[in-house]
Amino acid sequence: MELFLTSVFEQNLALSFFLGICTFLAVSRKFETALGLGIALIFVQAISVPVNHLIFEWLLVEGAWNWAGLPDVDLSFLKLLSFIGVIAAMVQIIEMALERYLPPLHRALGIYLPLVTVNCAILGGSLFMVERKYTLGESMIFGLGGGVGWALAIITFAAIRERLKYSDIPKGLQGLGIAFVITGLMSLSFTAFAIGGTP
Amino acid sequence: MKQSLNYLTDPLVKANPVALHILGICSALAVTTSLSTALTMAGALTVVLVLSSVTISSIRNHIPTSIRLIVQITIIASLVIVMDMLLRAFAFEMSKKLSIFVGLIVTNCLVLGRAEAFARQNPVWPSLLDALGNGLGYSLILLIVGAVRELFGAGALLGYQVFPLVENGGWFEPLRLMQLAPSAFFILGLLIWIIRSWRPEQVEEPEFSILSQNDARHP
Repeated sequence: MELFLTSVFEQNLALSFFLGICTFLAVSRKFETALGLGIALIFVQAISVPVNHLIFEWLLVEGAWNWAGLPDVDLSFLKLLSFIGVIAAMVQIIEMALERYLPPLHRALGIYLPLVTVNCAILGGSLFMVERKYTLGESMIFGLGGGVGWALAIITFAAIRERLKYSDIPKGLQGLGIAFVITGLMSLSFTAFAIGGTP
Repeated sequence: MKQSLNYLTDPLVKANPVALHILGICSALAVTTSLSTALTMAGALTVVLVLSSVTISSIRNHIPTSIRLIVQITIIASLVIVMDMLLRAFAFEMSKKLSIFVGLIVTNCLVLGRAEAFARQNPVWPSLLDALGNGLGYSLILLIVGAVRELFGAGALLGYQVFPLVENGGWFEPLRLMQLAPSAFFILGLLIWIIRSWRPEQVEEPEFSILSQNDARHP
């Protein structure tokens, strides 16, 4: 539980590690699209981090091939390639499963799922999982928390941005410039969680 | 000759990949707490970008369109793995500081973006120049943000003390905020403002224009 709150608030992937900022800025013009992308990201993140954990522990880490009589094989340099493969495959599978069992949700998320594949928040989540040596249970919680935190950030940001249409902004700052300044302010308020403790 | 020079110089300010196209921002912000990490990251990305563009453009006629993304990502990922190992071997301290962000070059939209938008359709030489130009444009932004953050956050540049700190009997009180995440967003936002005031053609059109009361009365 503590890890969940930490990954949602204190170590928010978007606002304190800058992961997935490209998508964050590009897909936050409208509240509805941000909501769709946020939900898609929670889905993919929560599934892909534990799956990557299993792959890494069973296939890649040094000594993982012990049972096959190959104790010296260390494949951990392949982690980048295999994680990307896993993420792309997961997105594809999730998309097909949704289409088959939950068509309304599939229609709603449709175009956002492929976008999630190239989002660095997902790959970053998996790499953090390896670097911080989380266990399987921890990586499940971390994946879910990271996804929720990212979704929270983009939904809030999109809501602010919709209000922004009615404000008078200096010419050079319009669009991208002001978006950065607002993200900075949001990030500042999330930093308060890291200093003052989670709610 | 003029044309090929343009490939190199355009992405520096006129079509800067970070400031105009919002490509590759994730890493641009995360590694800029000090100038030396920014410098390493900029170097690593430029090398990966140039090599991947050259590779992809030299085999561009042999990649079937339907699987081109997978091929491109595999090429980029392999180069990044090599880069990561090189950093680990020769600059271990630095690679610890950069933590996962070297690996994240793979999903840096800048690398895939240039492969997709340019190297896929152009011969080797222009692709090389284009990649180099974009790498330098990216580096430029990284270095500016990194320099500002280190200078005001720690009073130093590349580890050398520029402003004498209060705790050492000097006059400079370091701004801790500069070392935290939010300042990176602010600095980049202001940087974009500066670039766009200098080059007004980059300004985005607002979706609505705000009418003053007089305009509303006399449309």
